[in-house]
Amino acid sequence: MSAAQHLLAMSGDVAAIFGMSGATAFFRMGGYAAYVWPAYAVFFAVLIADSVAPRLRRRRVLRELRTRLARAQARGQRPSSPTPSLSP
Amino acid sequence: MSSWIPLWLHKLGSPPTFYRFAGAVRPWAMGLALLAGAIGLYGGLVLAPADYQQGDAYRIIFIHVPSAWMSMFVYAVMGVSGFMALVWRMKLAEVVAMESAPIGAAFTLITLVTGSLWGKPMWGTWWTWDARLTSELVLLFLYLGVIGLYHAFEDRRQGARAASFLAIIGVINVPIVHFSVTWWNTLHQGSTVNIFGHSKMAWDMLWPLLVMTLATKAYYVASLCRRARTDLLALEGGKDWVRRIAEDEATR
Amino acid sequence: MRRASLPRACAAMLRRDLLLAWRRRGDLAMPVLYAVIVVVLFPFALGPDLALLQRIAGGVVLVTVLLAMLLALDAMFASDIEDGSLEQLVLAPQPLALMLGMKILAHWLATALPLIVIAPLLAGMLHLPTAAMPALVLALLLATPLLSLLGAVLVALTAGTRRSGMLLALMLLPLCVPVVIFAAGAVAAAQEGLPWFAPVAWLGAALILCVVLAPLACAAALRIALDS
Repeated sequence: MSAAQHLLAMSGDVAAIFGMSGATAFFRMGGYAAYVWPAYAVFFAVLIADSVAPRLRRRRVLRELRTRLARAQARGQRPSSPTPSLSP
Repeated sequence: MSSWIPLWLHKLGSPPTFYRFAGAVRPWAMGLALLAGAIGLYGGLVLAPADYQQGDAYRIIFIHVPSAWMSMFVYAVMGVSGFMALVWRMKLAEVVAMESAPIGAAFTLITLVTGSLWGKPMWGTWWTWDARLTSELVLLFLYLGVIGLYHAFEDRRQGARAASFLAIIGVINVPIVHFSVTWWNTLHQGSTVNIFGHSKMAWDMLWPLLVMTLATKAYYVASLCRRARTDLLALEGGKDWVRRIAEDEATR
Repeated sequence: MRRASLPRACAAMLRRDLLLAWRRRGDLAMPVLYAVIVVVLFPFALGPDLALLQRIAGGVVLVTVLLAMLLALDAMFASDIEDGSLEQLVLAPQPLALMLGMKILAHWLATALPLIVIAPLLAGMLHLPTAAMPALVLALLLATPLLSLLGAVLVALTAGTRRSGMLLALMLLPLCVPVVIFAAGAVAAAQEGLPWFAPVAWLGAALILCVVLAPLACAAALRIALDS
């Protein structure tokens, strides 16, 4: 057996000795759980934040637009171009 | 403009057309991103074997490397569209450039944090000043500078042009930083860091990486579509097509 | 009225800016004072151990000079924007890049030269060996104009915005990383007795490139920033 296969076999034996099933071993990530899972958490957290932010901004932009339209209609004129708004 | 540009590309430059186009593309891009992401992560976390030297810690690679590639890819897109915004003053190029910046910054941040979390168990340190990490950090500062400069202007179109100019200066700077840090590391005999002990990657580890690369690219497209659509609404607020959308959304 | 010849226009621009700087010579002392304070604080922070101070001397002086220049960079175009003379300059028949080059030169003479003059003194306070002094001065002579030139492009980009100094620092940092690396590398090599020509040559080459390109980039940036 190659060294890699030997190591894998050994880790399987160790897991069996410690009574660890596949799922627990998965979460332990070979002892590196404290590094691997926070890394994945950061990945998902940042990307979720990135996808939520434009949604919020869109709602805000449309809300502002509607208020401006309502005001303009109340005054009986067409709305002018909007003041610049900042994106998050 | 040149006649070699096809009509559909011309039409795409018009905000309402792009708005509809991006609206159609986005769900498909997001779907692809989620599907490829699920497959890639399953392949990387469950199917791929543990690394001989690094054990299971190497699995961070499946989010770290695609994010690193995206941080550079998005900068390239930002640079190209920024160039188009500067030279031809295309509204849409401005939107694409400015809305790519936060996405690129997000990927750069992920790269730095996941790299740090990977480095601690592997090299024993949270940070090291080798050329790759330092260049990535400088890239983050470039992104933040572009975003900051864009927001410093009252006139958003002017801000977009100024920020595009900065982005283009940055494109030249990143290879310079990489080169100078490499030189500086050889001068100070810094530790050479290798991500992989082997020279080639096993296929079992490679295919999830490639699938994750596809997933992150698709995500970028989806996120850009959404951001660009919102930005176009804000930019074109006085126009009829935007008013109609605002009224439609109110009644829904 | 006869249009001024180019050399005379350049000389006039240079003289004007130097005169304005001289009238505010109190402000000129600020970067120098700041540099002195920062350098003096380091021994208090790190302890008077000679070997440690000697090791960090070159780098500390370099970074301090860079930060002092950053503080002064904001003022390069500020007063001219306020009174509208910068817009007049953009409209003038003389090539804008050349005129801006003169402004940058005047700014460097007023802010960087005093810093370069006291740099050996500051380095001496941190026990930099005298053998490394020429390398330090030469590195500063090449690095500070690079910072002025690159900084000018960035200051031009932010002309007329609600500027904050932090934004300028953020934008400048990526650009000055290579400059700091090569300048500090030269001083460190000189300290070890190793040949230090190579990093200085790189700095020199970068400076020549920037002397040609930066004023052009500065003019382009100014046109973007002032165009409304």
